[in-house]
Amino acid sequence: MAKGYIEFDYEFCKGCELCIQACPVNTLVLTTKMNKKGYRLVEDAEGKCTGCASCALVCPDAVITVYRQKKAS
Amino acid sequence: MKEGYELIYERPKSLIKVHNHYCPGCTHGVVHKLLAEVIDELGIENETIGVAPVGCAVLAYDYIDVDWQEAAHGRAQALATGIKRMHPDKYVFTYQGDGDLAAIGTAETVHAANRGENILVVFINNAIYGMTGGQMAPTTLEGQKTSTSPYGRVIDDMGAPVKIADMLALLPKTYYITRQTVADVKGVRAAKKALKKAFEYQKAGKGYCLVEFVANCPSNWKMTPIQSFEWTKENMFPYYPLGDVKTPEE
Ligand SMILES: Cc1ncc(C[n+]2csc(CCOP(=O)(O)OP(=O)(O)O)c2C)c(N)n1
Ligand code: SF4
Repeated sequence: MAKGYIEFDYEFCKGCELCIQACPVNTLVLTTKMNKKGYRLVEDAEGKCTGCASCALVCPDAVITVYRQKKAS
Repeated sequence: MKEGYELIYERPKSLIKVHNHYCPGCTHGVVHKLLAEVIDELGIENETIGVAPVGCAVLAYDYIDVDWQEAAHGRAQALATGIKRMHPDKYVFTYQGDGDLAAIGTAETVHAANRGENILVVFINNAIYGMTGGQMAPTTLEGQKTSTSPYGRVIDDMGAPVKIADMLALLPKTYYITRQTVADVKGVRAAKKALKKAFEYQKAGKGYCLVEFVANCPSNWKMTPIQSFEWTKENMFPYYPLGDVKTPEE
């Protein structure tokens, strides 16, 4: 399976958890860390991200940037 | 970026990087983002004029980087009519909630549609008045509790929820009317395509397009965002089925 990784713009996150639910490989978890607004932050704790961008698509605050490994040519 | 990786998704350029005031998990954020993505992809940020509503999206002009005009409550499509007629070469869209579009603004909505104005209407149907504290809207479902229907909407007293998209589809001059959602990934992808199509139809001078979003209001529904989308799917989709209500004859 493709490998990917994501970056969060954490100060814009509102902890709605829609990304956690959208992730097809269930790699996102709610951590106990918080941003300045007091919302709990999400992480790819299991490192299983495939770069499919599902989390980023459903995010109402455009917090997530997604990268995927280039296919070997 | 790590070496050997490529960018798959990033915040659209036309979505201004400011903190928005929407509640966590609210549909308004996703739809703003989709509009910004489509405007970026079509490269029309300098040729687009939005008309903002009264309702939670009243500050939409602070969030999407195009020109905007703020309308009086419900009057967005009348204003958009004037703007489009003065600037036929610009892309003109309204962005309206169900209180704005389907209650106080019903007359403006019906007549803009009936005239077949060449505008795009983005309609956020969250079955409630969000901004003012969760009062019943014309679109509130039967039995749905709101602050002004605390025992649930009773059809005998309050009428049945209004299906705006189906009503407008009956008018001969409406061109493209579709019902979409952002409740899941599949919905987000389909909704973006619908918005893009509507902008393209406007460019081609086809006339009135309406993209309805079967939306949520977690705060006034008193649910978590995840619960609110489950509720949307269970209760809203059967009454407001997704898909195209009126497609152009090509
Ligand atoms: C002339 C006038 N009447 C009433 C109001 C109060 N008001 C503000 S927003 C709103 C309804 C908003 O609901 P909706 O359009 O569904 O948008 P949402 O907030 O749910 O996104 C009302 C009745 C007003 N601002 N102006
Ligand atoms: S009150 Fe409802 S519609 Fe308004 S921002 Fe909050 S969740 Fe969204």
